[in-house]
Amino acid sequence: MGERIVGTVKRVVGPVIEAQCSDDAEMLELVYVGEHRLIGEVVRMRQRSAWVQVYEDTTGLRPGAPVYGTGEPLSVELGPGLVGGIYDGVQRPLDVLRARTGDFISKGVHAPAIDRNTRWHFVPQVQVPCPAKGGMVIGTVRETDAILHKIMLAPSASGELIHIVPEGDYVVDDIVGRVRSGDGETDVALFQRWPVRVSRPYAERLPQSTPLITGQRVVDTLFPVARGGVVVVPGGFGTGKTMIQHALAKWCDADLVVYIGCGERGNEMTEVLTDFPKLIDPRTGKSLMDRTILIANTSNMPVAAREASIYTGITIAEYFRDMGYSVAVMADSTSRWAEALRELSGRMEEMPADEGFPAYLPTRLAEFYERAGMVKTLAGDEASITTIGAVSPPGGDFSEPVTQHTKRFIRTFWALDKQLANARHYPAISWRDSYSEYVDDVSEWWEKKTNGEWRSLRADILSIMQREARLERVVKLVGADVLPDSQRLVLDVAALFKNAFLQQNAYDKVDAFCVAEKQYLMLKVIMVYFEHASEAIARGTALATLNKLDVMRDMMQMKFECGNEDIPKLRDLLARVERAVREYTSTPA
Amino acid sequence: MNTPAPQPEPPGDRLLDRREYVGVTEVSGPIVALNGIHNVGYNELVEIGDGRGNIRLGMTLEVSEGAAIAQVFEGTSGLRLSSTRVRFRGEPLTITVSPEILGRAFDGLGRPADGSPEPSGEERDVNGLPVNPTARDYPRKFIQTGISAIDGMNTLVRGQKLPIFSGSGLPHRQIVAQITRQAKIVGEDTPFAVVFAGMGIKHDEAMFYLRSFEESGAMGRVVAYLSLADAPSVERRITPRAALTAAEYLAFDLGMHVLVILTDMTNYCEALREISTQRQEIPSRKGYPGYLYSDLASIYERAGMIIGRQGSITQVPVVSMPNDDISHPVPDLSGYITEGQIVLERDLDQRGIYPPIAGLPSLSRLMKDGIGEGMTRADHAHLASQLFAGYAQVKNIRALASVIGEEELSTLDQTYLQFGETFERKFLSQGLDEDRSIMETLDLGWEVLSVLPREELHRITEEEIRKYYGK
Ligand SMILES: Nc1ncnc2c1ncn2[C@@H]1O[C@H](COP(=O)(O)OP(=O)(O)OP(=O)(O)O)[C@@H](O)[C@H]1O
Ligand SMILES: [Mg+2]
Repeated sequence: MGERIVGTVKRVVGPVIEAQCSDDAEMLELVYVGEHRLIGEVVRMRQRSAWVQVYEDTTGLRPGAPVYGTGEPLSVELGPGLVGGIYDGVQRPLDVLRARTGDFISKGVHAPAIDRNTRWHFVPQVQVPCPAKGGMVIGTVRETDAILHKIMLAPSASGELIHIVPEGDYVVDDIVGRVRSGDGETDVALFQRWPVRVSRPYAERLPQSTPLITGQRVVDTLFPVARGGVVVVPGGFGTGKTMIQHALAKWCDADLVVYIGCGERGNEMTEVLTDFPKLIDPRTGKSLMDRTILIANTSNMPVAAREASIYTGITIAEYFRDMGYSVAVMADSTSRWAEALRELSGRMEEMPADEGFPAYLPTRLAEFYERAGMVKTLAGDEASITTIGAVSPPGGDFSEPVTQHTKRFIRTFWALDKQLANARHYPAISWRDSYSEYVDDVSEWWEKKTNGEWRSLRADILSIMQREARLERVVKLVGADVLPDSQRLVLDVAALFKNAFLQQNAYDKVDAFCVAEKQYLMLKVIMVYFEHASEAIARGTALATLNKLDVMRDMMQMKFECGNEDIPKLRDLLARVERAVREYTSTPA
Repeated sequence: MNTPAPQPEPPGDRLLDRREYVGVTEVSGPIVALNGIHNVGYNELVEIGDGRGNIRLGMTLEVSEGAAIAQVFEGTSGLRLSSTRVRFRGEPLTITVSPEILGRAFDGLGRPADGSPEPSGEERDVNGLPVNPTARDYPRKFIQTGISAIDGMNTLVRGQKLPIFSGSGLPHRQIVAQITRQAKIVGEDTPFAVVFAGMGIKHDEAMFYLRSFEESGAMGRVVAYLSLADAPSVERRITPRAALTAAEYLAFDLGMHVLVILTDMTNYCEALREISTQRQEIPSRKGYPGYLYSDLASIYERAGMIIGRQGSITQVPVVSMPNDDISHPVPDLSGYITEGQIVLERDLDQRGIYPPIAGLPSLSRLMKDGIGEGMTRADHAHLASQLFAGYAQVKNIRALASVIGEEELSTLDQTYLQFGETFERKFLSQGLDEDRSIMETLDLGWEVLSVLPREELHRITEEEIRKYYGK
């Protein structure tokens, strides 16, 4: 990386500096500022001035300090060694920084994102010579138990692969292949670089049809997200955004998870770092850390790097998508990212739009969410990125700009409700305000799993919840006692559904994660009860009698008592519910 | 041991660094602007001589070629454009730390305020440095405060940041004093050291705290940083940072467990707003600057524990809610950073319930790892969850009762009301000096729950019911 002085610092305004610069500074060029060589990026140029956002603390920086250019845009390193790692917003490896400078992050420390000394066992997958195509897999490295890292040619590659090394152990910057094209020969290393603000190419977009199973009932059953989909989770403080993101990072059936802690708490990253290595992925039997990459730019870390963090995260996700994997990206919280954008924009004295956010906020949001999707990769595989962004609206008020703009670019909305959270109904996803536009896309998948019952079961329970909402309005005025049993049954079943089905304690050993079949059977138990109980009541049985049935308690406890492996137990419960209530439907009371 | 202080860059030219200038070009509120200066860094300490022999401290907020903008912590009143002398120190603001600071009181900028001389020791940059997330040790150790509403339902753990959201006239002072008096780790007898930062509070309020520390015999373990109501408000920008710098020293250098009380963060934020308005920055909500979240985070995130180091920093900031409005930017952004919140409720207070800790909006996020078998008791999590659920139901029924009248309620609903009453009178309420053990708290919780019919207890296992219900 050649280095040249491209300018000198003229003005320092917090994380933004204005530099007097020469002609050859480039827009979006990565630069180093001052004697500490703080990492920065040129974000605006005018005449002989360049504005640089600096990814480290600028305390002590003085006018006159040099600005060094690198001639390259802000990029990430992509190659074996990423999985299980934890990086800051500009992909500095936090564990390496700690080994170098101790427990506190000091500035001006540089370390390569991917370790240069680890030897990886490379297995070639092609024979040379062969035609070279962008994204083509030339070999593999077993990176972790869960991830087979595919070594790909750069997306722009063309010509002919003329050389490949034999199977063996290599470090990431060893040359493992060579491509000859019209422009000459290019070496291929085990790793490549990619500018974070540019999305990586793919062959084509594909329609979404498979749900990302998250193991969270309220999500999978009521408001599903498809692989390749985009979700936003807005909610006031303490309503459970992080918990849901952590739960998904743990249990969703993606191949790889990129978790971006963007301007949030340090302890939450520590929690992931301490918990995940101990947790086992139920699908692969491997440690969860073997499929997780963390980007941690916590709230007290430099704000410009927070702005960069989501691009760093999504670029890494795209790279693994290009290998054919289904990747899930969690960004907690995109509001903090938007605020970083606002702060930087304010420091550059740009004209503000809504609530001080820059007018380009929606464009940036769209760009970020558009990088999700189900695609055919350059190598011809089906692969996806599913993005789940948290939004932290001020005062919990969803009418603010970040929530509103984000809503335009996503298709699933998990609205967290303060009241539910206060009553410790978790996950506090409101069944009234949330929606998913993927229901139709994923129906077929579910119908196949559930003998064609999913769609109607789901519609039935939603209609009960709607009736409950209407009845609640009456109850608020006159109390529940005046309602006839048939209507009180609706209230009771709605309550049962909320308590026994929707509520799911993330800390419970059995219930933290719920397989699709268990979800379906639990829902069916509830609906079968409702159907038979309605009939019993129509035939004159008192609701109070039904409430005394033993199966009531069993339904209440089914999520704890029937684990993910105890599917027969649920089928048995289903039969018992039918039997118990049928007694009152066959013979008039 | 590794210390959190950054090394200031070696000054290139001592003479230039210490250069003194006479005259400023503009004074506006707490802000001064200067021209014709050289080699001044961002966020550096500035000394301002008012021409009468007094030195005021300040900090650069923006630097450019030949010019700088600085805030003057001690206010600008009496400054003259022409005769003001400005000296740039070439380093950030520091405070002195050493074991001698224990038992001492300092002003809002960290200078002795108790008549005793400046302690000798090491200088530390008040801004600190962010802890590397890989170096954090996840907090798990239960702190018994002796207050049932906290221990039972919103458990505090060592290394947590758990603010008290209060309103004017609500007894947060008494609660803070009670916590500092009673806080302990069951089975350990090293008491907490207390670092107290008073920002914009009145003299008598500060005296109340200091007296209460003294009475409990804790004064020898207390360090106070006081920027009281009559001190210039911009100074408050430094006060919590000075306090946390001391706390980091005590915790991570000396290995002490430190309880940090920051009161009142709303006053702190007002100082920030004042500076921001003066600089005509684009405001976000209610005139507060857009970077309020990041700024608060740089304070709150200085709580915690570090792998391989003995001590810990537990923060109990007081955040007052203007007009009791929890969605006001200061409590709101605080809630987004801290690990839960203890919310005080006026209604409870008016009904004579102390401590008036709101049942539903209060939350401790780190509770889950600090409770349960081997820490408190196996049934703790379920018990707390059931109390929350039951109390939420009480709130609904009270709303209904206010419409249709209590007599019209079903018997079950009436039982719930009775549960609510018992919960508030027996479990929440306690004396100012009443120090309940966690077992007492949990048993009380069961006593209260036993008012409800057992079929209502969905969040409790059969076994727990057998063991504790109605006992
Ligand atoms: N599914 C769940 N199971 C159990 N507890 C939960 C669940 N969801 C949320 N909680 C509880 O709610 C608390 C707050 O959740 P969380 O930290 O996810 O909130 P948040 O929305 O991310 O808040 P913030 O915006 O302040 O970060 C948790 O600490 C936990 O006690
Ligand atoms: Mg969160």
